[in-house]
Amino acid sequence: MKKTHVSTTVNGDDVDFLCEPTQTLLDVLRDELQMTGTKEGCATGDCGACSVTLDGTLVCSCLVLGLEAAGKKIETIEGMANGDELHPLQRKFIEHVALQCGICTPGLLVAARSLLEVNPDPTEDEVRLWLAGNLCRCTGYHNVVEAVMDAALEMRGA
Amino acid sequence: MGEAMYELRYEEPATLDAAIGLITAEAGDVRILSGGTDVLVQMHCDMIEPALLVNIKNIGEMRSIEKDRGGYRIGAAVTGMELVNHPDFGNDWPGILDGVRLIGSIQVKGRATVAGNLCNASPAADSVPPLMTAGAIAHVVGPNGARDIPVTAFTTGPGQTALEKGEIVVSFSLPERAPRSGDAYLRFTPRTEMDIAVVGVAINLTLDDGGTCTDALVALGAVAEKALMVDAAGAALVGTKLDDTAMQNLAAAASAACRPIDDKRGTKEYRIKVAGVLARRAAAIAATRAGA
Repeated sequence: MKKTHVSTTVNGDDVDFLCEPTQTLLDVLRDELQMTGTKEGCATGDCGACSVTLDGTLVCSCLVLGLEAAGKKIETIEGMANGDELHPLQRKFIEHVALQCGICTPGLLVAARSLLEVNPDPTEDEVRLWLAGNLCRCTGYHNVVEAVMDAALEMRGA
Repeated sequence: MGEAMYELRYEEPATLDAAIGLITAEAGDVRILSGGTDVLVQMHCDMIEPALLVNIKNIGEMRSIEKDRGGYRIGAAVTGMELVNHPDFGNDWPGILDGVRLIGSIQVKGRATVAGNLCNASPAADSVPPLMTAGAIAHVVGPNGARDIPVTAFTTGPGQTALEKGEIVVSFSLPERAPRSGDAYLRFTPRTEMDIAVVGVAINLTLDDGGTCTDALVALGAVAEKALMVDAAGAALVGTKLDDTAMQNLAAAASAACRPIDDKRGTKEYRIKVAGVLARRAAAIAATRAGA
């Protein structure tokens, strides 16, 4: 199938790739750009493991075509830590043991960061509602919600 | 989907005319890529193998939300989150926003569009009953020109719409609101989020200064092959102050209109009962929003 040249921005870096029309952004990230931090769970938009932001909007990368990434700004889990310095959400996930197998974790972190950008002081209900599209099949959500609330507290400088 | 053995062509026209030209010229199956939250899943699951995907998100008039003489004109590629984040829309049409908020996750709403929810034509589509009670009109363009289709006549069955071959939805419009009007949509699901309606009920009503209901429209989702307008349910409220008797008559009329199926989400009997209960609750919310 004919491949198309696509220029985009991933985590602030200019990126070029060749893409078939049937490839999703998730396929491109993992298979063409070797950025395997973004996980494939269901590939049908139900589990949120492939969450990224596209021009600042939280989306499932399995529901975006690679060709649609042209000229967009994509943020993935790989852009979350600043070098060796973890993002507060990442530190709090570790502190609160908010993961077990880890497959859902990159998606949860990207989604939680997106929440705190629009709502730095969410209630527990708001956290649970925002993260309803991120499924965890190991631990449940209690520690995840605690970690997000604690990270929000720290990020507000409280 | 990456393994697809067939040729798929992808286009992102910048104008509506170009989009119609592409769609008309293609002999094979054409799909519109708006939010993509249904189309890409159907491709992934090999339910469809389109020859051409037409991404409409670069067409200006399909991307805008316009307040038009007190009403709204909402482009077909406007996402759920854009409606959620709009400064006025939720105040003017809170019942439609109730439905939009229930469409999938934040991630899905970041892509999914109300026009897509309509065109996907699921009997359980959450935004469709409140669009029906709002009197929404879908503006459609095709090879034979433009026409309007009331949302009440848009869905003809599961996955079936009134669109002719080559026609696409460009936008939908909502009328100006009468004073002291309110709408609400409630659905029942076993889970609190990320689920498909067992029953959905939308009500849009108007009260006079004395609190008497002067106009009421009721629509039910997930209890028939398509969302239903229930004239008798609306009529049960008109002329009343939404007293207990009126609410019971509303519930009875809503339940009587149901012709549901049994499935894993609920039995026929359960859906019929719940339709009446949700109708009463939705009417109370709509009345509060109307300023009762």
